[in-house]
Amino acid sequence: MIHGLPSHLKIIAALSFILIVVATPVTQWGAFIAYFLWLFVVVKVAQIPFGTLFKRALIEIPFIFFAILMPFFGSGEKIAVGPFDLYREGLIAGSGIVVKGTLGVMTAIILSTSTTAREILRGLERLRLPVLMVQIASFMLRYVNVVNDEMERMKVARESRGFEATGMKSWKVLATAAGALFIRSYERGERVHLSMLSRGYEGVLPQEERMKIDASVWLKAMVYPLVAALIFITQLLIGTI
Amino acid sequence: MNTPSLEIKELAFAYPDGNQALYGVNLSVQKGERVALLGPNGAGKTTLVMHMNGIHPTSHGSIHVAGQLVDAKNKESIKEIRSKVGIVFQDPDDQLFMPTVAEDVAFGPYNMGLRGDELNKVVEEALELVGMLDFRDRPPHHLSFGQRRRVAVATVLAMKPEILVLDEPSSNLDPASRRELADILRSLDITMVMVTHDLPYAYELCARSVILKGGVIVADGSTHEILTDSALLAANRLELPVGFSIQ
Repeated sequence: MIHGLPSHLKIIAALSFILIVVATPVTQWGAFIAYFLWLFVVVKVAQIPFGTLFKRALIEIPFIFFAILMPFFGSGEKIAVGPFDLYREGLIAGSGIVVKGTLGVMTAIILSTSTTAREILRGLERLRLPVLMVQIASFMLRYVNVVNDEMERMKVARESRGFEATGMKSWKVLATAAGALFIRSYERGERVHLSMLSRGYEGVLPQEERMKIDASVWLKAMVYPLVAALIFITQLLIGTI
Repeated sequence: MNTPSLEIKELAFAYPDGNQALYGVNLSVQKGERVALLGPNGAGKTTLVMHMNGIHPTSHGSIHVAGQLVDAKNKESIKEIRSKVGIVFQDPDDQLFMPTVAEDVAFGPYNMGLRGDELNKVVEEALELVGMLDFRDRPPHHLSFGQRRRVAVATVLAMKPEILVLDEPSSNLDPASRRELADILRSLDITMVMVTHDLPYAYELCARSVILKGGVIVADGSTHEILTDSALLAANRLELPVGFSIQ
């Protein structure tokens, strides 16, 4: 049921959810538990295997690396956590980044798993992302396989002649290969452009005709951020008591 | 006599670096004719093709497509010319750049101003002609090479061109795909210029052949005559495959 929603609504929903999460103060930890529970419900409904979710979420590790270091450096009040003496400020800020980052990444995974790349681009187009950017992204999508195959063939051709990538010495060869690949891709770009011109290209790619979207579909898509908003407000109210 | 589909007069062209590729080409192709454009590598075949729809501006001589002058500077007329001259490029990956087959076939007619049902109809007709209708929603990179080549032909047919120009249509195809494409091309009722080194393919599909060498047309006649003149072929670095003979 999530898979079938119009992609631009899904993008709006995902962004709103992330905004609400980011706006929640880190100290309101109750809210974050609720966010995670709600996110897992959505994952379940979207029929995304949890294994896939966690495996793909690993992508955030390089980004949160510094956040993990934050509690070790800083100043001010210290608290003991197990064997470590950690700075309180850094701990709060760091865990904030980790928790919010994870929620954001997982939301993006729900979006990308339930929507084809093509649909996401269409959605962005509907959300008025500049046409040029959408075009660049869609060409990348189309040609990433072609360029990848070309790279693979070049690799096979190198190895067939006894080349093995070992250490610094092989960098020169790899750099040359990368240069050759760049030139080839560039030339392909020119040929593609020629073939586009031959078919009357004048700067715009064909656009889908737009269908009217019912309020009920809107509502369905917005349930995701709306529940988050509810959690946010509830937490605020509880917090003030 | 009717207006020829393609009329090239004294076409000469030099690249900006001074390298001259064409030295006065004369060629006239009648409506409905299928002509093979033969020639060794570097003869200027691709350069000639690029002139036919105004990608290379004509610097000397003239080209008329169905009586209309190809003038790269006239934006309106060049748009019309490009819908009249359908070029199928050698590498289908260069031609198929949209996310799905149907969207790619729709690209040309869309640029010509077709929309909605009309656009849909044209796309379906073109895919039907090359037997690829069942693949309409597939991304091009999931198709075999032969299928991609056929879709590339469809993308051009959808523009209802006056003349179909194919650059090495049989290259990289397995024998069955090669024959299937030949069947498709033969079934089309359209003027055709086929650039190729594949002499048996030219023999099979085109009644007339011309040889381009060193930037000029050095021979123009029936394919049978040209392919049986072994001295002429040898002088132009063309050879029939071993074991292939024409009576």
